[in-house]
Amino acid sequence: MTRKLAPTRLTAGERARRATIGGGARGAPAALLAPALVAVVFLLLPLLGLLVRAPWGRLGSILSEPDVLQALELSLWTATAATAVALMVGVPLAWLLARASFPGLRLLRALVTLPLVLPPVVGGVALLLAFGREGIVGKYLDQWFGLTIPFSPLAVVMAETFVAMPFLIITVEGALRTADQGFEEAAATLGASRMTVFRRVTLPMVGPSLAAGAVLCWARALGEFGATITFAGSFPGRTETMPIAIYYALETDPDAAVALSLVLLLVSVAVLVALRDRWLRSSVAT
Amino acid sequence: MHRISVSVIALGLAATGVAGCGSSSSVADPATSGSGLSGSITVLAAASLTESFTTLGQQFEAANPGVKVTFSFAASSALATQIDNGAPADVFASASAKNMDQVVTAGYVTSPTTFAVNVMEIAVPPANAANVTSVNDLAKPAVKVALCQPQVPCGSTAEKVFTNAKITVTPVTEEPDVKSVLSKVTLGEVDAGVVYVTDVMAAGSKVKGIEIPADVNASTSYPIAAVSKSQNLAVAQAFVTYVLSPAGAKVLAADGFQKP
Repeated sequence: MTRKLAPTRLTAGERARRATIGGGARGAPAALLAPALVAVVFLLLPLLGLLVRAPWGRLGSILSEPDVLQALELSLWTATAATAVALMVGVPLAWLLARASFPGLRLLRALVTLPLVLPPVVGGVALLLAFGREGIVGKYLDQWFGLTIPFSPLAVVMAETFVAMPFLIITVEGALRTADQGFEEAAATLGASRMTVFRRVTLPMVGPSLAAGAVLCWARALGEFGATITFAGSFPGRTETMPIAIYYALETDPDAAVALSLVLLLVSVAVLVALRDRWLRSSVAT
Repeated sequence: MHRISVSVIALGLAATGVAGCGSSSSVADPATSGSGLSGSITVLAAASLTESFTTLGQQFEAANPGVKVTFSFAASSALATQIDNGAPADVFASASAKNMDQVVTAGYVTSPTTFAVNVMEIAVPPANAANVTSVNDLAKPAVKVALCQPQVPCGSTAEKVFTNAKITVTPVTEEPDVKSVLSKVTLGEVDAGVVYVTDVMAAGSKVKGIEIPADVNASTSYPIAAVSKSQNLAVAQAFVTYVLSPAGAKVLAADGFQKP
């Protein structure tokens, strides 16, 4: 518990100070320990509630219902699709933000990461006004191609991508910034084209961050609610994702809501385990 | 610590004082909910009551200067769940007997009274591009329809209409409450939505209403009750009385509700 108890190395003053701080975890002052404990209890108690109130006996039957499997399947594939889109267009943007230099770069960075802090439901309204049937772009998609996006799985993927992609962008951009550009320069002087440098040197260097950003993006997409229900609506099997199914289940079958929540809790724990090397070690910076 | 507990006691005393004096005044003058009332109440009401109850709340506040009425409008099924989970509520007005029964069974409410009846209507965007003219048009695959969730009164009542008309309607979306359905219509994102006649009336020129013939239409009744655990039961009951009064009925009728 206390790693330095050797009395010879402490002055009288130090001993006195340590005595007053309650001897808690490495001598944390009580004034910090008490609120910290409140925070821990506050964060963990709801999860405990979920576990205690879980309908363990009915769990199997609830989770094998077709509606539930449908929602889970939809959530899993749309979140994966959203992550794939984010990787395809978000990583190049992250590179641009980290390496390029042009006027308005900082403004652009702020704008594209805005969805991080934007309430998702606002994102949903915005998507509707852009890609809805009466939207500034959606109107022409409808008129020219007969394509209407809202209320389709595509709308779910778009809503999830809108909300989740910035997580990938800032993670990868941060890694690109701190990566040693010497290797890229060396590759370039050895004759590699700029695209080859990006593919063979830059990407592998930021690989771990890329993976972490993708997992984070996927988790955020999986949990998306506000933008999805606003832009994609809700219909079982087509646009009703797990979070929406949970929201409605609370009105009809609270046990089912708890069971579905457990599934997402399990997924979240898995995400944390996947990212543990990145975040759960104090020595690693973002 | 001491200060907090003292103020809590003071608050408790004040609340009992208000309740005591309020109930005596409402006993003295039940119909017009006289002047002795004060304090604030929270009314959880079905989304379809948004316009009518906002008006009723203003009138009730005007008649009782010390009273403040706060509304929370949502799907009756969602509100019933909130009450079951301990949401602070003084009055519950549901758009179906089923959701009221839910809170009665749970013991939060006793003896609700039905104060209005509503029937369904089809709302289409003013241009009516999909050319919806009857209930049967809603069954066409090309027509994008928004409905309420099946557990929400407007959803279950719309389902009754389809059963009566012997059609199957596959909506593109099942919305959380009737106002969400209406907004999908006003935004032009769907070709039609099944809402209450009162919603079509409230939306004015933003939507066009297509009447559903009486022989296939379905209705839902609206019960109201004070929540037993209300911190301000006197005002809560006075508000219920006001809604049930001729003045309340007048507002509801003007908004398109039918008498029970």
